[in-house]
Amino acid sequence: MIDLILSIYEIPVINILLKIIVILVPLLLTVAYFTYAERKVIGYMQVRIGPNRVGPRGWLQPIADALKLMCKEIIFPSGANKVLFIIAPTLAISTALAAWAVIPFGAELVLADINVALLYILAMTSVGVYGVILAGWASNSKYAIMSTLRTAAQVVSYEIAMGFALVGVVMAARSLNIGDIVEGQSGSIWGWYMWPLFPLFIIYFISGVAETNRAPFDVAEGESEIVAGFHVEYSGILFAIFFLAEYANMILISIMAALMFMGGWLSPFQGDGGLGATFLGSSSIIWLLGKTAIFMFMFLWFRATFPRYRYDQIMRLGWKVFIPITIVWIYVIGIMYYMELSPWFVKG
Amino acid sequence: METIVFYVFSTFVVLSALMVVTVHNPVRAAFFLVLSFFSSAAIWLLLEAEFLAIILIIVYVGAVMVLFLFVVMMLDVNMAELKKGFVKNLPLALIVALVMFSLIYMVVGGEQFSIEKFAIPERHAADYSNVSALGQVLYTEYVYSFEIAAVILLVGIVAAISLTLRRRPNTRHQKIEDQVAVKGADRLRVVKVDSHARKYTIAEDKE
Repeated sequence: MIDLILSIYEIPVINILLKIIVILVPLLLTVAYFTYAERKVIGYMQVRIGPNRVGPRGWLQPIADALKLMCKEIIFPSGANKVLFIIAPTLAISTALAAWAVIPFGAELVLADINVALLYILAMTSVGVYGVILAGWASNSKYAIMSTLRTAAQVVSYEIAMGFALVGVVMAARSLNIGDIVEGQSGSIWGWYMWPLFPLFIIYFISGVAETNRAPFDVAEGESEIVAGFHVEYSGILFAIFFLAEYANMILISIMAALMFMGGWLSPFQGDGGLGATFLGSSSIIWLLGKTAIFMFMFLWFRATFPRYRYDQIMRLGWKVFIPITIVWIYVIGIMYYMELSPWFVKG
Repeated sequence: METIVFYVFSTFVVLSALMVVTVHNPVRAAFFLVLSFFSSAAIWLLLEAEFLAIILIIVYVGAVMVLFLFVVMMLDVNMAELKKGFVKNLPLALIVALVMFSLIYMVVGGEQFSIEKFAIPERHAADYSNVSALGQVLYTEYVYSFEIAAVILLVGIVAAISLTLRRRPNTRHQKIEDQVAVKGADRLRVVKVDSHARKYTIAEDKE
């Protein structure tokens, strides 16, 4: 019996499918409980309790929400382009999930270990904007199309800053492979790229917040002006899918920040005399998930803290502040390389 | 397997390219163009040119086509109006098409680009990196052409901006530098209110 199961596991297609399930199921569960965490965290930050009715301490709230959204009727606005109206959320979720194919969770734990993993992720996030654009256009609604225009301009602008920030990482690691980038940061906590690339690290994360249209950059769904933005006409499961894609993208940005700048699965005590010798010094997926959780929490923290940016301020920040800083820092990296600054830029 | 993948994606490229020019709705046409970019990226992947394939998606699909759609969505294209002169201009259009076709055929047909001219690309080892191979030639052998291309692009950017830049003297707009320079104290004054009121009442009671 066990032999049979093992032999089935050896079939490449089934093997890959199983691996995909192993990545996606925890991811989707995380998304569900991320929404719950968001409501709880923001609730406590605003001196409220947050959801506490469904199940013990509200633990079943996300499941109830998902069930509700699945049962609701999908309403097609009159004059909407039906095909594109359905394709839009499909595109949003498929790119958001496809990006996870190349994310490594440990030195060996990766579904697709490809050379250009970093570019692949950039490509997937940039294609994800089509979901928003299509949704806005296919809805045949003024609010939706306005949100679409805002999003298109915002995402394209911040993609540049984000891309440049990652160019810095690629320069430091001399590789586009995420596993190599993480290994390049090994040694000790001072080997992490967040130190020599500190401005890029900050810019990467802020651009990531802007890329995912989260507060304080959420003009795409500014409730006060355009109701709910691009998904104003969406209901039921189609709306839920947009929601899912947004949260999956937030987690993606968080895990990328952890991998690129904070040493991924490497332990912060690595190379440390005292704690490094104990089990705390070994690298494991737990470190990666912990670091990711820090960034995920920051997403929620930002939302509870900052008021929404004005649209022209967003554009100014992206083009006139972030892009120049990243370009200058790329030169600085060149200089650091030339001076062989240890421990990051020593020629191996 | 590879042959099947190749034929599937090349069918996609050709069909979606055909749809781009035949479909009525310009937004749909733009999306078919996106599809054809995607499929050509897949074909490049088959050639082990993963860097080019992904850059094609990032640059063309992720940025250029987004801006394209931006414009197309804002335009109110009346197809009936556009098709008015279709029959009248058909002969001229056919001549132009024929000339274009023969020009393209002269370049890519038979002479330079036939299958016989090229050896079947060899499979590289698993550790072959298309990125470093490209970088190697781009910054050494072709560095001048690379830099000239960059300068041309820069000129293009400057030209495009100067063409669209309109100076309108009477508009009201924010002075961002003033807004950024503002301090909390300029906008908000914190007043300390004495909280001794209770003491006074107690004192009065005593009297």
